[in-house]
Amino acid sequence: MSKSLKLYGFTAVSAAAMLTAAYNFADRNVTPMPDVAKVMPADAGSPDMMFIAAARAEAAADAKRIGLGREALPEEIAAWNVDVRPDGTGLPPGSGSVAEGEEAFIAYCAVCHGDFAEGVGNWPKLAGGDGTLADKDPVKTVGSYWPYLSTAWDYVHRSMPFGAAQTLTVDETYAITAYILYSNFLVDDEFVLSNENFLEVEMPNADGFIVDDRAETEYPLFSEPACMENCKESVEITMRAAVLDVTPEDDGAAAAEEAMKETNADTAADEKIEQVASASTETPAAEAPASDQAALDMALVEKGENVFKKCAACHQVGDGATNRVGPHLNGIVGQQMGAVDGFRYSKTLEGMGADGMVWNAETLAEFLADPRGYVKGTKMSFNGLRSDDDIAAVVEYLKSYSQ
Amino acid sequence: MTADNDKKGASRRAFLKGAVAAGSAVAGAGMARAAEPDPLITEVQEWASGLGEGVDATPYGLPIRFESDVVRRNVEWLTADTISSINFTPIHALDGTITPQGCAFERHHSGAIELKKEDYRLMINGLVDKPMIFTYADLERFPRENHVYFCECAANTGMEWAGAQLNGAQFTHGMIHNMEYSGVSLRTLLTEAGMETTGDLSDKWVYVEGADASSNGRSIPMDKALDDVLVAFKANGEALRKEHGYPVRLVVPGWEGNMWVKWLRRIEVMDGPVESREETSKYTDTLADGTSRKWTWVMDAKSVVTSPSPQSPITHGPGPLVITGLAWSGHGAITRVDVSIDGGKNWTQARLAAEGQTKALSRFYLEIDWDGSEMLLQSRAHDETGYVQPTKDQLREIRGENSIYHNNCIQTWWVKENGEAENVEVS
Repeated sequence: MSKSLKLYGFTAVSAAAMLTAAYNFADRNVTPMPDVAKVMPADAGSPDMMFIAAARAEAAADAKRIGLGREALPEEIAAWNVDVRPDGTGLPPGSGSVAEGEEAFIAYCAVCHGDFAEGVGNWPKLAGGDGTLADKDPVKTVGSYWPYLSTAWDYVHRSMPFGAAQTLTVDETYAITAYILYSNFLVDDEFVLSNENFLEVEMPNADGFIVDDRAETEYPLFSEPACMENCKESVEITMRAAVLDVTPEDDGAAAAEEAMKETNADTAADEKIEQVASASTETPAAEAPASDQAALDMALVEKGENVFKKCAACHQVGDGATNRVGPHLNGIVGQQMGAVDGFRYSKTLEGMGADGMVWNAETLAEFLADPRGYVKGTKMSFNGLRSDDDIAAVVEYLKSYSQ
Repeated sequence: MTADNDKKGASRRAFLKGAVAAGSAVAGAGMARAAEPDPLITEVQEWASGLGEGVDATPYGLPIRFESDVVRRNVEWLTADTISSINFTPIHALDGTITPQGCAFERHHSGAIELKKEDYRLMINGLVDKPMIFTYADLERFPRENHVYFCECAANTGMEWAGAQLNGAQFTHGMIHNMEYSGVSLRTLLTEAGMETTGDLSDKWVYVEGADASSNGRSIPMDKALDDVLVAFKANGEALRKEHGYPVRLVVPGWEGNMWVKWLRRIEVMDGPVESREETSKYTDTLADGTSRKWTWVMDAKSVVTSPSPQSPITHGPGPLVITGLAWSGHGAITRVDVSIDGGKNWTQARLAAEGQTKALSRFYLEIDWDGSEMLLQSRAHDETGYVQPTKDQLREIRGENSIYHNNCIQTWWVKENGEAENVEVS
């Protein structure tokens, strides 16, 4: 007992001593950043930004290099440095016609953006909206809003199609961009877009932008001394959120969806698709965990779950799965091709289903190895799985939702 | 055994009685007085007698199950798919200023990807002396800085332009989080690539880009890039979460969240902006006449009462009430917050929990003796530049109702006599 008391006594004294020391030396203990790249502190209030920039530049020039990292190779820069700027910098040589673009657009883009770039459900509309920017609900599309064509080319090339980015060729990108222009009535159906004529295309809203002017138009107004007493004669409630009632509730967003159905006719069709889809999933999903589980290789199912992440951007599976970019996949193994209710398949896949073809381990494997080779014109923009093991795993995973 | 059961039955009845007694006591004014002893005190409770969980029951701890409602929430009708969507921080249920990573809002354009530290590469190219590649391990060897900053999506409160719409601080103001970041200043990395041959820096830009499929890219003026931009790999002391850009994200203090590129993979020094999709077709603010502002990067001063609020009603009846909320400014530190309980007619200066820090959240409190009557609760932030948070009408007068982004207006909660609150607009 006395031993531990002493021990604690010593600890307390030394802790107190350390605290005192820390307090006394606090200033000295906080050393400045190494000199490597020291610059002036930010001065938010200073109007003379040029001066600050110059001072920072000077400081940056003075700074020493540490000697970490390695020089980037030209091939590496070429692989990543693909952005395209308004003046055409970064545009690779190539071309594509409206007609080619239409074909590619329907194959890769229409599932979300609609055959005519009009947008499906909540997905972005790419065409239309001309002259609506000052309206109550402006329709902002490539045609009505985007100031530069380079932005469209760059985005399609780098970030689309959704779930299979960076798979379009340079010519396909020119073609799709040409088709989007055509959908906006900005070029005729004979038009061919290339790096040669790229800068000749005039974007209707090119002059529709101003640089942030809040410092002139707002800050002086909003920097006056604040009123503290009797700031207004009366206060009335002019609008209530409860009237609109679009706030999600914890038992699902049912109320919000209900409300939006009434207010937004555009999404009604989409929701109908989802309702039909979820109704059709009930039967297989409910019976999923039952009888046949012994036949499943659970290790493979687990592996397949991981592989399925590549598919999950577009496909849902399991409880509550609905059609998204691609159809939901509950019950897909053993099902007729092109038969998930409410999903708009390519004509090819619909035809294969009508001919009695069924998704099973073999057909799925062939399809997943080369989607566009197996189903010509499929809307699935995914390039396929390279490894047979991955294919076997993902098929096993889908089986686990198909029993 | 029988005796034990009896005791439990008795205590349950006693508990119910006690709850009623406590309830009525609170309803009356002044000090509460219990009619009967509280069985939670007089009866030996299970937790005071039995044993709890051992260490390591959860090697990485999660909040206790009673807090399971303090989670991010999504508004399904806002976007087409959760892969390219946003959810909201439960600010109504948090206190202090630091947002735990697990409930800090997420915004993805192509989903939250898994990128291993070993597979991580950061490229610096363009108008630099030598284009460079850094690995994650390289980044950890540069001098490191720690800073607390808020990150607010430009669209926070964006659904409220045309009128009061969503009923909860989480939904109206929850596209924000505030974390302590550890990382390397962008200035340090640019210096490593060298800018002696870059020329005049005052008209140069950096273009920053992510490694995910959306390859979200934004152009940032060099002046900002050399000022306080951070290449961060830790938040609140631990690795960034996948949904916040693990292993490396950009931190652009005070500027809109979209510029805080996640899974940062490339920084290009340029002589002009790229005018990428996210800085032309999105994150531009359309005014009433149809012209649009671009390059509206800074998040102006803003505040909101987080409690009481629609998701955090008053449940204790009249008497002492803590009104609390958050304030922040992309221009610097918050210097003052005013609170009104009568819809902006009269204001009282609230108490800042700590001195405002630049471009970080401030927590404010106002303790009042609530008389149980209706309140129209508002808060109004002031920042170090002298800017005072405007009303929605003041903003609409200049911008109209279509600008979507940068809505930093004063928020009103209508607190009713029963303690419930609703999102409203007032004259």
